[in-house]
Amino acid sequence: MMISNGIEDEEKWLAEGIAGIQHNAFYLHRAVDSNNLREALKYSAQLLSELRTSKLSPHKYYELYMRAFDELRRLEMFFKDEDRHGCSIVDLYELVQHAGNVLPRLYLLCTVGSVYIKSKEAPAKDVLKDLVEMCRAVQNPIRGLFLRSYLAQVSRDKLPDIGSEYEGEGDTVMDAVEFVLQNFTEMNKLWVRMQHQGPVREKEKLEKERSELRDLVGKNLHVLSQIEGVDLEIYRDAVLPRVLEQIVNCKDELAQYYLMDCIIQVFPDEYHLQTLETLLGACPQLQPTVDLKTVLSQLMERLSNYAASSPELLPEFLQVEAFSKLSNAIGKVIEAQVDMPIVGAITLYVSLLSFTLRVHPDRLDYVDQVLGACVKILSGKAKLEDSKATKQVVALLSAPLDKYDDIVTALTLSNYPRVMDHLDAGTNKIMAMVIIRSIMKNKTFVSTSDKVEVLFELIKGLIKDLEGISTDDLDEEDFNEEQNSVACLMHILYNDDPEEMLKIICTVWKHIMAGGPKRLPFTVPPLVFSALKLVRRLQGQDGDVAGEEVPATPRKIFQLLNQIIESLSVVPAPELALRLYLQCAEGANDCDLEPVAYDFFTQAFVLYEEEIADSKAQVTAIHLIIGTLQRMNVFGVENRDTLTHKATGYSAKLLKKPDQCRAVYACSHLFWVDDQDGIKDGERVLLCLKRSLRIANAAQQMANVTRGSSGPVTLFVEILNKYLYYFEKGNPQITASVIQGLIDLIKTEMQSDSATGGPASDAFFTSTLRYIQFQKQKGGAMGEKYEPIKL
Amino acid sequence: MNFIIGAFKPACHISVAFSDAKSRKQVPLKKENGQTVMVPFFRSQENITGKISVEPILGKKVEHNGIKVELLGQIEMYFDKGNFYDFTSLVRELDVPGEIYERKTFPFEFSTVEMPYETYNGVNVRLRYVLKVTISRGYAGSITEYQDFVVRNYSPTPSINNSIKMEVGIEDCLHIEFEYNKSKYHLKDVILGKIYFLLVRIKIKNMDLEIRRRESTGSGPNTHVETETLAKFELMDGAPVRGESIPIRLFLSPYELTPTYRNINNKFSVKYYLNLVLVDEEDRRYFKQQEITMYRLGETS
Repeated sequence: MMISNGIEDEEKWLAEGIAGIQHNAFYLHRAVDSNNLREALKYSAQLLSELRTSKLSPHKYYELYMRAFDELRRLEMFFKDEDRHGCSIVDLYELVQHAGNVLPRLYLLCTVGSVYIKSKEAPAKDVLKDLVEMCRAVQNPIRGLFLRSYLAQVSRDKLPDIGSEYEGEGDTVMDAVEFVLQNFTEMNKLWVRMQHQGPVREKEKLEKERSELRDLVGKNLHVLSQIEGVDLEIYRDAVLPRVLEQIVNCKDELAQYYLMDCIIQVFPDEYHLQTLETLLGACPQLQPTVDLKTVLSQLMERLSNYAASSPELLPEFLQVEAFSKLSNAIGKVIEAQVDMPIVGAITLYVSLLSFTLRVHPDRLDYVDQVLGACVKILSGKAKLEDSKATKQVVALLSAPLDKYDDIVTALTLSNYPRVMDHLDAGTNKIMAMVIIRSIMKNKTFVSTSDKVEVLFELIKGLIKDLEGISTDDLDEEDFNEEQNSVACLMHILYNDDPEEMLKIICTVWKHIMAGGPKRLPFTVPPLVFSALKLVRRLQGQDGDVAGEEVPATPRKIFQLLNQIIESLSVVPAPELALRLYLQCAEGANDCDLEPVAYDFFTQAFVLYEEEIADSKAQVTAIHLIIGTLQRMNVFGVENRDTLTHKATGYSAKLLKKPDQCRAVYACSHLFWVDDQDGIKDGERVLLCLKRSLRIANAAQQMANVTRGSSGPVTLFVEILNKYLYYFEKGNPQITASVIQGLIDLIKTEMQSDSATGGPASDAFFTSTLRYIQFQKQKGGAMGEKYEPIKL
Repeated sequence: MNFIIGAFKPACHISVAFSDAKSRKQVPLKKENGQTVMVPFFRSQENITGKISVEPILGKKVEHNGIKVELLGQIEMYFDKGNFYDFTSLVRELDVPGEIYERKTFPFEFSTVEMPYETYNGVNVRLRYVLKVTISRGYAGSITEYQDFVVRNYSPTPSINNSIKMEVGIEDCLHIEFEYNKSKYHLKDVILGKIYFLLVRIKIKNMDLEIRRRESTGSGPNTHVETETLAKFELMDGAPVRGESIPIRLFLSPYELTPTYRNINNKFSVKYYLNLVLVDEEDRRYFKQQEITMYRLGETS
């Protein structure tokens, strides 16, 4: 009876027990030293009687047991030496059985039995069989477990194993197996029974104590695995069925879990592979609460490590159909364990998936099968709430991505998106990010519109708002990161075939259209550039073959681009749209499509006029327009005039004088394209520069008026630099004298108000002058040209 | 019969020597004064022969009316102290009346003596064999000398020796089936068997097998029964569950057992029982007693 009166009492009892053992050990030693067998038996029996206590927890009992154990070793030495006690081993074997109390009797019997086997006066199997049978007399779980563990310990090196000195003469390895199996069975029964001993209120404590004892039981399996003679055949036919039978029949959760795990850990993987069906067959028969997911995961982990250890093993895996057996078993376990939380089931499939990925990386159908099984489990249930389960699903979905460098592989898995559907929106997005990252990492091009379709279906959590989730409460930083990832992704969608590429673009367009105004600014630009890239590729081969229906022509693409950019108006993002229009215009320019290019410019100007209100934005925009326009060579005179006129007009209408000034002198470049056949209208260049000078003057005066001092001369210096540029480029309108005049003007300005120039403009001017000086000194044609200018 | 040598000086010294004393086996015998002495042992129908020597105290002579030796088989009931019942009495005359001056030796012989009963020292009864030497004297009282010996009779191995097998139980509480391999055991035998638990609803603490000796003396209303537990052997520790079977292996040699004696001369009987005792956690005892027959097997050595 296990009555716990607190830890102190237990300590006391343990101390008493130890004292009892020490006391009797003293007399035992004396008896042994004087070769007195009778006394030795008497005191050893008394010593062992201390182990009859029921008052100790397993932990403390173990301590007591170990002390007794040490004494028994000494006694065994004495028993071995027949010369000392003068009693034959056979007689001794009887003699110790005269002890009246069963526990000391059996400890002594095991001790003598061990000597008996060693003496070889009787076949080992007979002695072993007798010992393991006689031990039945101890039915108390703790005492029985320790007694049998003692038996296991002393018999370990005396089993009739192959190659052991105890083998032969009718003693076969089967006898050894039989003995260990029987001891195992009995120990397990005792161990399982432990839970029914003692009051219910201490159940938890009991379970803890029980689990402390588990290794005593498990040791038997370890011993079995160490028997050399247990080959695959014996394991399959004798060991495993018997062990499993005991595990199944004991109907105890703790035992079943522990022992299944034990089997998996102690026996070789090769055996597991060959007996997979038997081993797995036991799983659904276990108690519904047994943590089979851990057990099976361990098994699969081991098997995949085993498979990885040598490529020659693969045929074996195929031969035994490891995958389908595992898959079946998992299905059955999930069916049998009704209360298994969904996370458990998913975990099982994650393990199966990693197994198949490692063992059969070429079998995509397996992967899809696993995913399909998950879909089956998840279906009928709402979105996953359980965070652990979600984690497992993410693991499930990530595994194939990690394995296959080629994302396309995952895209062919029909069940993949179906699994993703069961994730909540947040996780779905995380998963989508994982997918994108995987693609980016491996730089795998997604090359067909079908695949793109699938891919975008997969990452739709990023592409559009999912039901029930508003984008408002999203962290902006996260959102930006996500969308940037999507943008990156677009560059990896690529096909050499323009037609297919166009299809890809259309597919993407279709998807990102659904993204709403928050996403478009992120997703439109990469798409536009992707389309422009396609245009560039086409422009070489584009002959506009008449009559032939070519689906992917630049013209068509530009049409599409127009639509795409237009979509930004809902955002609205006029500045971005403007830039994109300009890019397109350039593209059209390169394709020699004047009307298209013109059209894009028109769009840009419309935006400028109607949408861009901020003055700074205007400045930037106008410079962009000017820059782009400058590079256009497709326009006829008329179109070009219209556009340059517009541009100069807008430049002069900017809000601030300095901005006006700068925009206007920038416009001068519109009339001077430094190409072979670029237009070179020196007059209009000069006009622009003069105009900007006027504006600079005006700005200077305005500064005088408002602040009582002149404004910065920087503008003048900048204009001077423009003059110098055109001067060098050979614009006939720009002469040395004009430059001279400007330099003098600046000098006067600076002298008149030296306080305001500021070091920046001073330095700028100084270095400009130094440049002129340098050019003069350099000589040659340019030196001559500069010669007249005096500094 | 309070005879102590040296209580008063005897006139002579009498000694009995068996002719095969050197080769005959001796066994311990507990005397009534508590001392254990080694005495020779005989079986029924053996010849008991030997020599009796009478040696007068130096310088004295012993006058007598005759010397005889008796072989007595006696049963002594302790509640009827001093009253011996002689179931066997044989006499040999050794000497005609006369005088003895010096040591004189007389051979004697009892041939093929019927000694059907074994020597026995019980709680209430004693059966003994003794040689009684009497030197009859007219006036000084007779001089007597006793020599105990032990009789043990071997039985052949019984031709029929069934096992004892029985199912017992308390309804809905405990059902066991036990089996002892034999019903008749010799004194150095081993009891083998097993107990099979068919139903266990009580919390058993342990299980013992006891060997009990039941000695009944007298007859009718004067019957005295004395039961002793000679062995208490723990068979099982802890509570078994249904389906367990517990082995029995009890060596009888360490215990001082005798054969079963049935109605010895209508005076007493000694019977043996195996008592299977189960003790539950509340120290309640459940037991079942079975008689076994003990017999003495001839020693082969």
